[in-house]
Amino acid sequence: MDSDNDNDFCDNVDSGNVSSGDDGDDDFGMEVDLPSSAERQLDADDYQYKVLTTDEIVQHQREIIDDVNLVLKLPTPIMRILLNQFKWDREKLLEKYFDGNIEEFFKDAHVINPFNKAPEAIRQKTTRSQCEECEICFSLLPPDSMTGLECAHRFCLSCWREYLTTKIVAEGLGQTISCAAHGCDILVDDVTVTKLVQDARVRVKYQQLITNSFVECNQLLRWCPSVDCTYAVKVPYAESRRVLCKCGHVFCFACGENWHDPVRCRWLKKWIKKCDDDSETSNWIAANTKECPKCSVTIEKDGGCNHMVCKNQNCKYEFCWVCLSTWEPHGSSWYNCNRYDEDEAKSARDAQEKLRSSLARYLHYYNRYMNHMQSMKFENKLYASVKQKMEEMQQHNMSWIEVQFLKKAVDILCRCRQTLMYTYVFAYYLKKNNQSMIFEDNQKDLESATETLSEYLERDITSENLADIKQKVQDKYRYCEKRCSVLLKHVHEGYDTDWWDYTE
Amino acid sequence: MLKLFKKSKDKIPKSEIITEPKEPKTPPVSKCGKPLQLDNCRWERRLHKELMSLIKEPPPGVTVDTESVQQNLSEWKINIKGFEGTLYEGEDFQLLFKFNNKYPFDSPEVTFIGSNIPVHPHVYSNGHICLSILTEDWSPALSVQSVCLSIASMLSSCREKKRPPDNTLYVKTCNKNPKKTKWWYHDDSV
Repeated sequence: MDSDNDNDFCDNVDSGNVSSGDDGDDDFGMEVDLPSSAERQLDADDYQYKVLTTDEIVQHQREIIDDVNLVLKLPTPIMRILLNQFKWDREKLLEKYFDGNIEEFFKDAHVINPFNKAPEAIRQKTTRSQCEECEICFSLLPPDSMTGLECAHRFCLSCWREYLTTKIVAEGLGQTISCAAHGCDILVDDVTVTKLVQDARVRVKYQQLITNSFVECNQLLRWCPSVDCTYAVKVPYAESRRVLCKCGHVFCFACGENWHDPVRCRWLKKWIKKCDDDSETSNWIAANTKECPKCSVTIEKDGGCNHMVCKNQNCKYEFCWVCLSTWEPHGSSWYNCNRYDEDEAKSARDAQEKLRSSLARYLHYYNRYMNHMQSMKFENKLYASVKQKMEEMQQHNMSWIEVQFLKKAVDILCRCRQTLMYTYVFAYYLKKNNQSMIFEDNQKDLESATETLSEYLERDITSENLADIKQKVQDKYRYCEKRCSVLLKHVHEGYDTDWWDYTE
Repeated sequence: MLKLFKKSKDKIPKSEIITEPKEPKTPPVSKCGKPLQLDNCRWERRLHKELMSLIKEPPPGVTVDTESVQQNLSEWKINIKGFEGTLYEGEDFQLLFKFNNKYPFDSPEVTFIGSNIPVHPHVYSNGHICLSILTEDWSPALSVQSVCLSIASMLSSCREKKRPPDNTLYVKTCNKNPKKTKWWYHDDSV
């Protein structure tokens, strides 16, 4: 963090409470790359977020503590425990503090009320000269080898150390470690932990645990979900927004998935679950197989004949595939199968028909969704080949700046593909109405333009047609960009004015 | 009543991948220079002291099978008697305590063994006991004696001899080690 931002940041401590509302117009000193003009068009209003390193997160924690302590003036370690209990929501903490019973406030937070200065008595006890027995290791030790929290349960230093180490290393507890005495729920503060635990590795682990719980319970913070990334993103207010981490990963702040405009987090989550679990496999089984009416073994019909003989050697039941009743009455005259219209068989067939069509519908959207996802995976290859083309072009009397359009074209291609991919998730849950038809037209338009652009970039550029193709590519990517923003705007307008009906 | 829950797969917490200062990979060493987790003499000393006090001043109805302890200090067999005036009057039970080298910071593994497993709503027919101080609520300030007393009082306060409602399923599917079960405690009455 550079010094300018440091100041901005310190002035603007907030607790993670959405309702705090005091940070709308503050400068967060955004350090991420500024979005390109096109992206800015996509999210027109400014959403100023900040990417924090782990050190900055720790710093941020301290600032919140100091800030609340301007009002409450409690010891810092106690404040940290209290804030953690309130999920770092300053307002809620203050409200509870001033509203309710102060004794209960501290009791609920598992802290001894620091205003009850009863500890005098305990301190006096500690000055006595005779040895005390540690209840854990049963050793008799001089008082200076014994210590305890305000709850006055005293154990020897090495037992404390091992107790805390076990809790931190084996159980992964941070701010929620309680006193070692049985049934005592008073929490051990971070200063005590660092004082008692000497091992640097355990201390680091402890620091990680409390930082992690700080980020995870704070509504305005989210770890970058990218593998091995240690940054967290801090936002002015929590909602589904596109955020770009310093590591380059772009994700939705609200759900942590890749940025998924136009579909909303809720539907995307449903969709991902649907694609992940095998519910569709069972749908396929339901649509394409039947069960032997006698032994219930699952049968897939792989030939044309409707005279089925169950392959289960213990069953060998002969039945009609169409009406599922015994084959006998069908005899050799299958075409006179009078059972065909039997109600029961009919309803079974209807159910199967329904499953088949819903499976077909799902596959329609799923294939298109996967197809765009697959195409996006080739983007790296395309970037490489485009880079090469750009170098070639520079040898054909074009300047560096003149060939940048190609990279830009790939950027836009990727963004359009990503948008298209998520439009299929949106469309899957959408009920048909007039607006949904407009949406589908927009989708179709964007898709065909995107495919053309893709074709230009992958195939059509040769050294002969450079000047020509430049114009074509530029026109096309501008068109794609425009169609993409039209589509998104339309969907957002629909969200705002309740056009969309959903199938589930 | 109680239910068992499958322990969710341990997801690596985010904190694991926070960059930490590179340090040589030597086992953590305590102040006195001994390895931190394997402080065997302290662990044995505490077990010895507990054993001595159990043998010298046993709580009513509790006796240590000294022979088993002499063979292996980390596995104790303890006999407890059903108290007079309770549903278990006249019955004898045997508990097996297994200690690992993190005792007393890690709780002992305690099960009923032998031919007579008490029929009790918190005791499964394989000897596993649903008692919170044996897992979540364990404190290093507890001891073998306090665990025995808790189990004895759990038996004494029982009003009706019956197995836990999910006994059959649990016994079929559980891990051998009761500490691997994610217990779901919500009945404090028995």
